[in-house]
Amino acid sequence: MNMSAYLQAFVGILFRELLRFVHQRTRFFSALVRPLVWLAVFAAGFRAALGISIIQPYDTYITYEVYIAPGLCAMVLLFNAMQSSLSMVYDREMGSMRVLLMSPLPRSYLLLCKLIASALVALPQVYAFLAIAWFFGVEPPPSGYLLAAPVLLLTGLMLGGLGLFISSFIRQLENFAGVMNFVIFPMFFLSSALYPLWKMQEAGEWLYTLCRLNPFTHAVELIRFTLYGQWHGEAIGIVTGCTLLFVSAAIVAFNPQRGFMRARNS
Amino acid sequence: MPATVSPATLLAVEQLEFRYGNTPALRDLSFQLQSGQFHALLGPNGAGKSTLFALISRLFALQQGRIVLDGIDLERAPAKVLGRIGMVFQQSTLDLDLSVAENLNYHATLQGIGWRERKVRINDELTRVGLEQRTKERVRTLNGGHRRRVEIARALLHRPRLLLLDEATVGLDSHARTDLNRHVRGLCRDQGLGVLWATHLIEEIQPDDPVTLIHRGRLLANSTSAEICARVGAERLVDAFETLTAPRAEVNG
Repeated sequence: MNMSAYLQAFVGILFRELLRFVHQRTRFFSALVRPLVWLAVFAAGFRAALGISIIQPYDTYITYEVYIAPGLCAMVLLFNAMQSSLSMVYDREMGSMRVLLMSPLPRSYLLLCKLIASALVALPQVYAFLAIAWFFGVEPPPSGYLLAAPVLLLTGLMLGGLGLFISSFIRQLENFAGVMNFVIFPMFFLSSALYPLWKMQEAGEWLYTLCRLNPFTHAVELIRFTLYGQWHGEAIGIVTGCTLLFVSAAIVAFNPQRGFMRARNS
Repeated sequence: MPATVSPATLLAVEQLEFRYGNTPALRDLSFQLQSGQFHALLGPNGAGKSTLFALISRLFALQQGRIVLDGIDLERAPAKVLGRIGMVFQQSTLDLDLSVAENLNYHATLQGIGWRERKVRINDELTRVGLEQRTKERVRTLNGGHRRRVEIARALLHRPRLLLLDEATVGLDSHARTDLNRHVRGLCRDQGLGVLWATHLIEEIQPDDPVTLIHRGRLLANSTSAEICARVGAERLVDAFETLTAPRAEVNG
């Protein structure tokens, strides 16, 4: 197989993900509704109760809506990644993943393409959310929107890798939703998505430590800083490292035999 | 000792063993398939047919034994072997939300076929299965027989040497079953394609078809349908099948 074959396969996988995205419009709207409810309802209620002092990367006092917008962007990526992993588990056992795995190209490359394609498809959802958030006073500089694109992709890839790794060990599809409750919600709430880390530290040192250990915190901060045109070396290092770790672990753990054997033994 | 592989042999399965945990699924399974041959893999549900297909298509890793296609060892050069195999799975693997052409296009990209060549081949294969007028229709709108035809067209896009069909007629009415069977036999005759047709429906097998009969992962018989009947002393293959798969019965092919 030459380089062109590798490129053809990547384009094919990406195109299919885009087509599926276009055909499943309800998926697009449901992905938008969730963060918008948080922005319009949750943030409105919390605005009065929670004051945000001047913190980096903001150079002035901000509303709570402005604070939680990067965390909600990450939330869109988180749900998309987990949903995508769910479909890969389902496909692994009975669907189109079998077609993918019968390609003569290396399995690791095909899985990487699938993860990248899923992360790319999530980007329009994030930008659609940011476009609506503009009407709520979330107005990052225009360059921030551009700079955030690779960071959003990296975060999507990290979360996709984590989702696929976790899903590789799930016994049955029905359990996936349960596992996600133990992954999505702790990841989201134990991060700086809703409250600044100093608030968490005030609440308790253990809570702060857990938030610092959560890769999602660093993804949120990376999105926040990049969206406002600032560099966050620590966050980019941690998110890049976690992406490499989670994607590698997901590729190693992915085994189409596993689901079949479990079904036989159960 | 591995069996001798003749030059005309397309697929050689040699002393294959496979276990799901502690449960054996295939036990010392060996047989050969020639180019241009319609070879039936017959066995009741749970015989090990799907496991064998998963091993040939490398969805499962080999535990013991050897699979050689066109003289190429699957373990040594998996990419070369996979490029020579077309597969129709027992459960449909088509994307129902995509059109017929989009499904085929996706498969072609995974096989590294360039876009110019892709268009020609998609048109050729859909014409061959009589669906060239329905390229833009979503797969969801097709009936079961047509979906199977799309899957066969897709499996042949990269010009494989061996076509694996795992219970491809399940869920089809008798007319569609006969039609599909005839179509695949035509591919063997006209293109020299080797076909391994897994089934538990005996009426799909003709007297001169080579048959590999497996039961609980073991090879019970491996010769033509007529020879198996003669050996068992049965008039019809269905009787021979019942005799061979009855408890304690075992005939070496």
